Amino acid sequence: MPKDNNAAVRSHRLSDEEIARNFSDMHPPLPRSEALIEADRCYFCFDAPCTTACPTGIDIPGFIQKIRSDNIVGSAHTILRENIMGGMCARVCPTEVLCEEACVRNTHEDKPVNIGLLQRYATDPVFEDNVGLFERGTDSGKRVAVIGGGPAGLSCAHRLSMLGHSSVVFNRDEKLGGLNEYGIAAYKTVNDFAQREVEYILSIGGIEVRNKAVLGENFTLADLQDEYDAVFLGFGLGSVNDLDLANENISGVLNAVDYIAELRQADDKGDLPVGDHIVVIGGGMTAIDIAAQTKRLGAEHVDIVYRRGPDEMGASRYEQEFAQTSGVKIRHWAKPVKLLISDKVAGVEFERTTLDKDGKLTGTGEHYSLNADVVFKAIGQSLSEEALGSITGTLELQHGKIVTDDGRKTSLPGIWAGGDCVYGNDDLTVSAVQDGKIAAIAIDQYLREESNNG
Amino acid sequence: MADLKSEFLGIESPNPFWLASAPPTDKAYNVNRAFEAGWGGAVWKTLGEDPPIVNVNGPRYSALHSNERRVIGFNNIELITDRPLSANLDEIRQIKRDWPDRAVVASVMLPMEEKVWAKYVPMIEDTGADGFELNFGCPHGMSERGMGAAVGQVPEYIQMATEWCKKHASVPVIVKLTPNVTNILPPATAARDGGADGVSLINTINSIMRVDYDTLTMYPTTDGMGSHGGYCGQAVKPIALHMVAEISRNKNTADIPISGIGGIHDWRDAVDFFALGASNVQVCTAAMVYGFKIIDDLTDGLSKFLDEKGMSSVNDLVGKAVPSVTEWQYLNLNYVEKAVIDQDLCIKCGRCHIVCEDTSHQAITSIVNGERRFEVIDEECIGCNLCVSVCPVDSCITMHQVSDGIDARTGKPINTEFLDWTAHPNNPMRKQS
Repeated sequence: MPKDNNAAVRSHRLSDEEIARNFSDMHPPLPRSEALIEADRCYFCFDAPCTTACPTGIDIPGFIQKIRSDNIVGSAHTILRENIMGGMCARVCPTEVLCEEACVRNTHEDKPVNIGLLQRYATDPVFEDNVGLFERGTDSGKRVAVIGGGPAGLSCAHRLSMLGHSSVVFNRDEKLGGLNEYGIAAYKTVNDFAQREVEYILSIGGIEVRNKAVLGENFTLADLQDEYDAVFLGFGLGSVNDLDLANENISGVLNAVDYIAELRQADDKGDLPVGDHIVVIGGGMTAIDIAAQTKRLGAEHVDIVYRRGPDEMGASRYEQEFAQTSGVKIRHWAKPVKLLISDKVAGVEFERTTLDKDGKLTGTGEHYSLNADVVFKAIGQSLSEEALGSITGTLELQHGKIVTDDGRKTSLPGIWAGGDCVYGNDDLTVSAVQDGKIAAIAIDQYLREESNNG
Repeated sequence: MADLKSEFLGIESPNPFWLASAPPTDKAYNVNRAFEAGWGGAVWKTLGEDPPIVNVNGPRYSALHSNERRVIGFNNIELITDRPLSANLDEIRQIKRDWPDRAVVASVMLPMEEKVWAKYVPMIEDTGADGFELNFGCPHGMSERGMGAAVGQVPEYIQMATEWCKKHASVPVIVKLTPNVTNILPPATAARDGGADGVSLINTINSIMRVDYDTLTMYPTTDGMGSHGGYCGQAVKPIALHMVAEISRNKNTADIPISGIGGIHDWRDAVDFFALGASNVQVCTAAMVYGFKIIDDLTDGLSKFLDEKGMSSVNDLVGKAVPSVTEWQYLNLNYVEKAVIDQDLCIKCGRCHIVCEDTSHQAITSIVNGERRFEVIDEECIGCNLCVSVCPVDSCITMHQVSDGIDARTGKPINTEFLDWTAHPNNPMRKQS
């Protein structure tokens, strides 16, 4: 884009130094001295509430105990054997509503053990030095197709390798990692960590990768069912939900996830065009990430508008406060009713909302408008029609997502699913990893039974 | 305000906190700083014959740390003073002149020949030192030369050397005892029999701190080799308290004045020593870990404690806990306590449950009515105090006496009569009434 210092939407609003500072590691790693003091705060609880709160069930007191005794590799193994993306989760997990919320230190002194940073302390060296902790199981001769190269798919493929099965990962994008690579705010995962983690996962062997392979475009599920012994669906949510307003395709109305992906892939973040007035519609992590990041790129005014209150936001209080201290204004109880346009978007008209006596969200009839040169849609995503359309047979869905059993098996024979595309999943990396792991274990059992019966 | 003025064997000091004979009292510079900070007295770093000994030129100290690197235990291989005797004597004389209200005691270690004692004791006393402390405790280096603990471990030698010192000294003589013995009473008795005016204890305990995990040699070393050192600091306090209490409660030694040493770190540690019979205390490791400023807490905390107890001086406190120390066979076996967990304070860490479950008597729940909840099961609780010991929350678990009714564990009525082992029916040697 041509450099025009007066344009409303322009790049390089901040100096390179300011951008570097704004996108530096959000939570720098703990040095050993601090890690030991923090590790000492762990009470080594019985049947630890933090472990129960962890979607992947990491033995948290166990790995902290090993930090205490300087057994860092052992500590990392305790983490990664339950959650092969324990490195990324240490960076992106909303620990304040998971393990750290459950920490008994909250009751004692209102300050939990900093489990996230301890987890990072334990796992960083493994990825830096590529310490091999996992071995491929004895080859079973079975092959599994994994659709999706994000946390669910990679977790599934890795666990399948441990269990002796080979897999082929069909990945939509140019790089593996899914939202770890293309989503997630840049300051949460600096120095290309997502790719280092991917390389570590693949280093176990037995995982073949086919990038830019899109379900419904390059192949169908039926193809895979013929060729492979089992299939895992971990393709996430391909479509962005619309606002259902007129002129939604006008210039300046963007999908937050697309911009976030662009930002993550940019060689120079300063190149990204940023508006003067940015309005973000939504209340989840995507809304927070786009708002805080555009503010940190130099946007003058960034407003998040959410139709309900702070307690109902998908983003945790901590994340909300992070956005606010980044300079973002969060407005609650308003819904967009109209896009204001000139030749491009010029603003959004909102109607204030409230709960009626039945607790149902309703408009109050009171309106206000915000100027906007860019509007970001961040009200959620859904399964892509292309992906779904290519699936023959009756794949049971609920609220537009795939229904699975406890072993993550779908209604279709030989097909498992996990991650964001599955009904009941909370859209967290850590939950996707757990889905992939559980599905792999279930697939392994299925394949072994098959062999015994066949 | 309680008066902290102290008199030990007639030696006066403004408070009962002396610096023990050790690196902090090596020379006038340090002792001056200590007295400026407010220490009541100093036992000078042990004097010996000229020429002075030679120390290693590498690590003398090492520590046992908590993860936060707090020093829990401390080890040293330093020997007695490595400075010429005349330098020490000149400085003692000057310090005593500059600080007439403070106690300055000369620690000495001399070979087992009377003529040596006859030569040096008067020379040292001439400095104006308020007394002698005989170092029969140093467990490393000096003991290999037939001094220090080599003397302290043989009661006959203690008595002999004490007699020599007393013969040539007119000021009080304290004998410093080594804990590297199985029974502290014979050395204490020997000191008294030799004419000692009092004893001080404990000196350091033989120790090796650890190995180096890279080289698999002991740690630390001097040029690849190490030798055992003397262990001290907070970790040794319980050992010191036991030995002090043994002397205090034994009728043959109860009259020996005691200067308590071993792991005193704050004023509460000092209270332990006083209550178990020490008349004053000596401190080294805490000063070596934090500097002389800790004297503020020691004196202030002790003074406020005495006020709270309605005591006007340390003397009111000395020996208060001694009558409560006895032998196991005299403990009341009919007395029953059980743990009670304060549910309002409980943070639900479950430590009490798992230690009781794994290593004790399965007397604490983990789930009650489907909820995570830790309650004592009176039917199983033997009152062992393990849960109290491991609970991270102060006062969350407390022990309560069951004084009447039925003991839920035994199903038998509480017997309020005193019954110890000596009279217990299970004791084949019991005394018949």
